[in-house]
Amino acid sequence: MSFPWANQYEPQNGFMKWMDEKLPLPRLVYDAVGAGYPVPRNLNYMWNFGVLAGFFLVLQIVTGVVLAMHYASDASLAFGKIEHIMRDVNWGWLMRYAHANGASFFFLVIYLHIFRGFYYSSYKAPREMIWLLGVVIFLLMMATGFMGYVLPWGQMSFWAAQVITGLFEAIPLIGGPIKIWLLGGFAPDDATLNRFYSLHYLLPFVIVGVVILHVWALHIPGSSNPTGVEVKSESDTVPFHPYYTAKDGFGLGVIMILFTIMVFFLPNALGHPDNYIEANPMSTPAHIVPEWYFWPFYAILRAFTVDFLFVPAKLLGVLAMFASILIWFILPWLDKSPVRSGNYRPMFRAFFVVLMVDLAVLFYCGGAPAEEPYVMISQIATAYYFLHFLVILPIVSQIEKPAAMPASITESVLGSGH
Amino acid sequence: MADTLGADTPESYAGLGDEGVRRRDFINIAAVSAAGVGGAAMLIPLVSQMSPSANVLAESSTEVDISAIEPGQAIKAVFRKQPLFVKRLTAQEIAKANEVDVADLRDPQSLAERTKQGHEDVLVTMGVCTHLGCVPLGTAEGEVKGEFGGYFCPCHGSHYDTAGRIRKGPAPANLQVPEYEFASDTVIRVG
Repeated sequence: MSFPWANQYEPQNGFMKWMDEKLPLPRLVYDAVGAGYPVPRNLNYMWNFGVLAGFFLVLQIVTGVVLAMHYASDASLAFGKIEHIMRDVNWGWLMRYAHANGASFFFLVIYLHIFRGFYYSSYKAPREMIWLLGVVIFLLMMATGFMGYVLPWGQMSFWAAQVITGLFEAIPLIGGPIKIWLLGGFAPDDATLNRFYSLHYLLPFVIVGVVILHVWALHIPGSSNPTGVEVKSESDTVPFHPYYTAKDGFGLGVIMILFTIMVFFLPNALGHPDNYIEANPMSTPAHIVPEWYFWPFYAILRAFTVDFLFVPAKLLGVLAMFASILIWFILPWLDKSPVRSGNYRPMFRAFFVVLMVDLAVLFYCGGAPAEEPYVMISQIATAYYFLHFLVILPIVSQIEKPAAMPASITESVLGSGH
Repeated sequence: MADTLGADTPESYAGLGDEGVRRRDFINIAAVSAAGVGGAAMLIPLVSQMSPSANVLAESSTEVDISAIEPGQAIKAVFRKQPLFVKRLTAQEIAKANEVDVADLRDPQSLAERTKQGHEDVLVTMGVCTHLGCVPLGTAEGEVKGEFGGYFCPCHGSHYDTAGRIRKGPAPANLQVPEYEFASDTVIRVG
């Protein structure tokens, strides 16, 4: 499970020896995220985001459990309960703003974590399982984030529930009954709000479970690194603690400064004013958009406006939106290049930059109204998105001539004399 | 008998027929099958509890007074907690709806098929866009009616014509006409 030169756990006193015999939990922690886990010595700051994502998961659970103590998932009470939390509950405003902005920061660090994976091909053998579990975590996060957004029962909450459950209506024949089954009614109402609350409370703990599998799978081959060259000797690694606990601690400090600025000075900057209007099934807000972290996928959903070969436009949009994420599941087998790091793949690196630009375009269009020129731009950007994964990536990995690589991690850090 | 049950000896096969099926195997298969079927049957209530409850289904019929709606005007009523559009069409709007070649439509339906005989000027539809369920604009005065003069869904840009038929945008079908009847000349009963 680890390298032979990993530090061995030694219980320091009688109690810890007794503990180690009965329940070796301290040993598990030591081997997983302590001095017993050897990590490549050359990790850059892009390797901070796994730990940061874990931090924001815990923050969301802690603030969420506290908010749940003051909330009621009854459609006639929910909206008022949010204002109750904001005005009456001691420090309620802080808990709510930390939870709402915490969701944004969780997605921010997860996106950076995923893009790190794209650039350094973290998904390649022997780390495919880590990647697959990561995609599962991302899908669970999306479901959790969406259902949490419904809970304040504002206009955006209500119409998000209406639109997203409406996606399932696109399924031929059984779509209509499925939507009614998901909602527990003909439109979002009490039944919908209650089940979303139940699941919003459950899913974060499911995420914790999959995160444990994700980290477990990571510890079998060990962390990847910016050169993509595997660890060969002891001089290639340093113990996780104190080296990377310190480096991650610094990253945590930086992101907490940004987080604090958002929570205390711009708490509603990422939200929508319409969500401070109570849910009204009779009136749709003029411009409904999801939270920023769903924009690229929303743009893909809206890019399909005409039927194609008897498949209705609506179904195409829904399929494309789900496919845009599910395609990540086969990424390890689409990119066949033996070289992992984008640093040594000039052609891949150029296309990686184009993909990032493409995602930025989709992001912008997803937040824009459903009118021209945004629809046409989304269509082009959506086409490119799938082209990148299904055509460009496999071809580039065949024809590209990689640059010269260092023989080892140590050499990449200290030069070829070592 | 009890002392032979656990042992895999010739005696444990004794008295159980020529098939060589042990009493233990039978009990094992029977018990696991019963538990499996019972466990699977638990899925029925677990899945079904999510369907609309009795109180939700009970609110399934509504009466709407349409006497005050002038030609060109529309009202929003509530049917099954969803908006219901009732619009009295002007002669111009009827003519516009009838001049289209029905066969060319995405969801081919004539105005006559979408209204009741003798009341071709009363268009009753759900106010739920068939794309993803937003409430289209076009009932209240001054709201955008879209390129075809009927309804326009602001969420993803679906345009409906004066008969509530989908003409442009991502929605797959016309605005749904619910089951309804004229209880009198001025009252409709929906559902």
